[in-house]
Amino acid sequence: MSVILVLIVVVAGFSFWWLLQQRVLAKPWLEYGVHTALPETDVSHMPTAKIGLGIFLAVVASLFALFASAYFMRMEYADWQSPPLPRILWFNTVILVLASLALHFAVRAVREGRPDVARLALAAAGLASLLFLAGQLTAWRELTAGGYFLDTNPANGFFYLMTGIHGLHILGGLAALARATVRAWTEERIDERLRLGVELCATYWHFLLLVWLGVFVLLAGWAGDLVALCRQLLT
Amino acid sequence: MVDATPRADDIIPPAEVPELELYHPKSWWTTYVFSQDAKVIAIQYAGTAIAIGLVALVLSWLMRLQLGFPGTFSFITPEAYYQFVTMHGMIMVIYLLTALFLGGFGNYLIPLMVGARDMVFPYVNMLSYWVYLLAVLVLVASFFASGGPTGAGWTLYPPQAILSGTPGGQSWGIILMLVSLIIFIIGFTMGGLNYVVTVIQGRTRGMTLMRMPLTVWGIFTATVMALLAFPALFVACVMMLFDRVLGTSFFMPALVEMGQQLSYGGGSPILFQHLFWFFGHPEVYIVALPAFGIVSDLISTHARKNIFGYRMMVWAIVVIGALSFIVWAHHMYVSGMHPWFGFFFATTTLIIAIPTAIKVYNWVLTLWRGDIHLTVPMLFALAFIVTFVNGGLTGLFLGNVVVDVPLSDTMFVVAHFHMVMGVAPILVIFGAIYHWYPKMTGRMLDERMGRFHFWVTFVGAYAIFFPMHYVGLVGVPRRYPELGDSAFIPASVHDLNAFITIAALIVGFAQMVFLFNIFWSLRHGKEAGPNPWRATSLEWQTPTTPPPHGNWGDERPVVYRWAYDYSVPDAPQDFIPQNDPWPQKVPAARQA
Amino acid sequence: MAAALVLVLVVVGSILFHVLSPWWWPPIASNWGYIDNTLIITFWITGAVFSAVVLFLAYCVWRFRHKDGQKAAYEPESKKLESWLTIATAVGVAAMLAPGLYVWSQFVTVPEDATDIEVVGQQWQWNYRLPGADGKLGKADNRLVTFENPLGINPEDPAGQDDLVIEAGELHLPVGKPVRMLLRSIDVLHDFYVPEFRAKMDLVPGMVTYFWFTPTRTGTFEVLCAELCGTGHGYMRGTVLVDTEEDYQAWLEEQTTFAELAGARKLAAGKP
Repeated sequence: MSVILVLIVVVAGFSFWWLLQQRVLAKPWLEYGVHTALPETDVSHMPTAKIGLGIFLAVVASLFALFASAYFMRMEYADWQSPPLPRILWFNTVILVLASLALHFAVRAVREGRPDVARLALAAAGLASLLFLAGQLTAWRELTAGGYFLDTNPANGFFYLMTGIHGLHILGGLAALARATVRAWTEERIDERLRLGVELCATYWHFLLLVWLGVFVLLAGWAGDLVALCRQLLT
Repeated sequence: MVDATPRADDIIPPAEVPELELYHPKSWWTTYVFSQDAKVIAIQYAGTAIAIGLVALVLSWLMRLQLGFPGTFSFITPEAYYQFVTMHGMIMVIYLLTALFLGGFGNYLIPLMVGARDMVFPYVNMLSYWVYLLAVLVLVASFFASGGPTGAGWTLYPPQAILSGTPGGQSWGIILMLVSLIIFIIGFTMGGLNYVVTVIQGRTRGMTLMRMPLTVWGIFTATVMALLAFPALFVACVMMLFDRVLGTSFFMPALVEMGQQLSYGGGSPILFQHLFWFFGHPEVYIVALPAFGIVSDLISTHARKNIFGYRMMVWAIVVIGALSFIVWAHHMYVSGMHPWFGFFFATTTLIIAIPTAIKVYNWVLTLWRGDIHLTVPMLFALAFIVTFVNGGLTGLFLGNVVVDVPLSDTMFVVAHFHMVMGVAPILVIFGAIYHWYPKMTGRMLDERMGRFHFWVTFVGAYAIFFPMHYVGLVGVPRRYPELGDSAFIPASVHDLNAFITIAALIVGFAQMVFLFNIFWSLRHGKEAGPNPWRATSLEWQTPTTPPPHGNWGDERPVVYRWAYDYSVPDAPQDFIPQNDPWPQKVPAARQA
Repeated sequence: MAAALVLVLVVVGSILFHVLSPWWWPPIASNWGYIDNTLIITFWITGAVFSAVVLFLAYCVWRFRHKDGQKAAYEPESKKLESWLTIATAVGVAAMLAPGLYVWSQFVTVPEDATDIEVVGQQWQWNYRLPGADGKLGKADNRLVTFENPLGINPEDPAGQDDLVIEAGELHLPVGKPVRMLLRSIDVLHDFYVPEFRAKMDLVPGMVTYFWFTPTRTGTFEVLCAELCGTGHGYMRGTVLVDTEEDYQAWLEEQTTFAELAGARKLAAGKP
């Protein structure tokens, strides 16, 4: 459960920091009037949707941290046998990085007011993500072709499970990305809503890229090696 | 800190008419069914939760009939008994308490109390309810599937949960249960995002965090915890579903069932327990923290006194929320996990008793030198303190690892958790409904029926669960459909069990009075007016009662003070609403 | 008025119930009297706190009930009072935790001279295995469980051949000698629970768990399962007899070893 506990400590630390910014040490019965609040507000100027996404990403982080915790705990048992890492995962990783980069450029384009670049970047990101999903499916096929089925070993099970859940999150993100892309192609000018939509997609994709890198490291077995190394160093 | 001179920015902002456009209802369907109004969603959540809760109540009667009079009811087979136990527990904890506190009270109270027009993502909020309803329907479907619902106990421990020795283990029961939980968690996440972000972003002018009523604090913290803890249940459910349906061995070791070697191997049942309780313990506080918050407001309002030690109350809520993530394995002292964990988890568990105790002291000290109106909500609040203190203290038995060893898995545990997270929070729910019903409907609940309901429920529930501890002390294990004629169990235990059953039936039927009251008072209740309890918090200051979609008419309220200005010296009344700018100058007395 | 009175009655009634209750734990039959003592300490502390809080509550309800013209005090907080209460609570908690942890450290430290006895749970009966003459238990694995080998003892392991196998029978223990109960399950979770011994622990398939105790008086005790294990959970009972040394030795003589059992079963299965 160490991975999830680390995450909880991070979230708790951030929450306490935020609470302290909100003057939770003040004595509210001595404070009178509105001067302590809006418009010199403690409600942030950040768009609400961004905060919503941030919290949702914390939930997703918790989900994957728990999968990772379960992975490490299950790994300790004798029957554990990692499947070979399908080569195509490297390619998929590059594709996902490209999707993330494309969205990065899309954000820059909408901020600089260049709708044509934004359109292309968004479409590229969408295509790259679809390609990534196709690549993940290929990886699954490669594994099953090699006889590494879901139920033959828990390590295989985790492989399908974690890549699958990650893929579902990409798929969900694609719905939002599609909306933003359609808007970009149909609207003449870049409006506030499109900008926000693109920024949200970009944040989500960067985060899912991070999650993917984590999952990749885990499935490749490097995380286990790292833990073993740390243990050796400690003892 | 104190500044009474109005500033330029004290001017109330212009009416937010464009914002109002959003809230104009379109049709009957979008007003009452697919509504995006948090208050309608709240009532939908509460109605569904109470309806499924009634099913769980009936299941508890059946269980008690079997325990009180074993062998009398031939249709209650051991299989049926375990199905009743499991569904009763699961429904009460997840589908009733969690949904009612967060989905019901959270939706109704958060926007009103922080001065928002609605939740920040109303569409997602609406979706949350419908997904929750789907989860409930899947759960109900398991009653009608072949093999019936699962009888694995609400903890769903593998391997037995997915084997044929357990009702529903090799039929649809367990599958539908797991699927329903997964759906529930998805739906909850949609709602939870709303509750949290609305508190962060939706507050009106002047509503600083430390001016929020404790109800909002309780629900807010509980939701944050739930958002982080429910994924653990999600992971556990998905992995167990894989084990059951796809034949993986995440949790399943090599085992022999009824003489047959199964194809599972190598897995760890304890892994499931860790995941389950990593969710399961915060879940206790997910239910308790909203109750803590609500009861604070009930006590303060009806004792006409500010809540004592507001800051400490807020900090305690936050600290309890954080600590509750590192105590989970106290549910696993005798699970066979490494015994050294016992030292750590016993210590953290007993430490969490300290902030909890502070909350109790502060409730009681709020009553000290108060002006106590013994209204129905106040009676329920008092009963909450009694039952919560009782249940909390028996928690010190079970949290202290070595004392837990003889008591674990006995009826003592059952008595403890019913007292602390069954009876106590449900008493708060009742109190809260008596308190806020006037705002929701414009009418008061009938007082005489309310008092009758209160006395039977409080005294009856105490009579059920206090003696039950002693059944556990004798050594009677939980989850036994009958005790048989064990030598160590004196015959009088059977009489005590019969007594508990009769008390349970009486308490159960008293709830029908409550339900009748809810419907009867809709038409015949006394007109309540906007603020019948003369309370300070914002929800009582709406221009119309019950508040329409959008809550605040043309202008959102501006907040000048915290939520607890009761009996302020020199004030014209014994309460000052949060949006009342009185006295324009802060009296010298209060600067001290 | 009535409310305050009922609150007082709740306290008085609870105390009376506790004092007069015929429902109390069965007389102890193991060395874990410490656990009972810790429990008693906890009862005293929590009972005092419960009574104090609820009686104070009752007093407040009576003393400060609403009367015409009454006004509540305005009192946001009192740091001093809250600090003192926090410290007092911390002391009370420590007073329960310290003996608890001390006893737990004994609970998890198995004495050197403890005899190993294996409990093997299955739906829904108790089996036992005792080390034979060599004093060692052979290796076992659920994968090896068959009709001839109900406990999955490894036939390759010489240490296992002389192990005594008790299938769904009674377990006998010698009085006054520490035993380490090694717990194993061949199907689902169970929990070996004898109320008079106070100690208990789950049986987990795929691993061996343990706890230890010393039986302190002879007698017949009931074994119950304390972890939900399916439909027959409530009927999964067994019997433990704590014997004097001579009786125990006599009983040991009558038991069959794994080798004998496997042989007999093979013969029986071979017959048409």
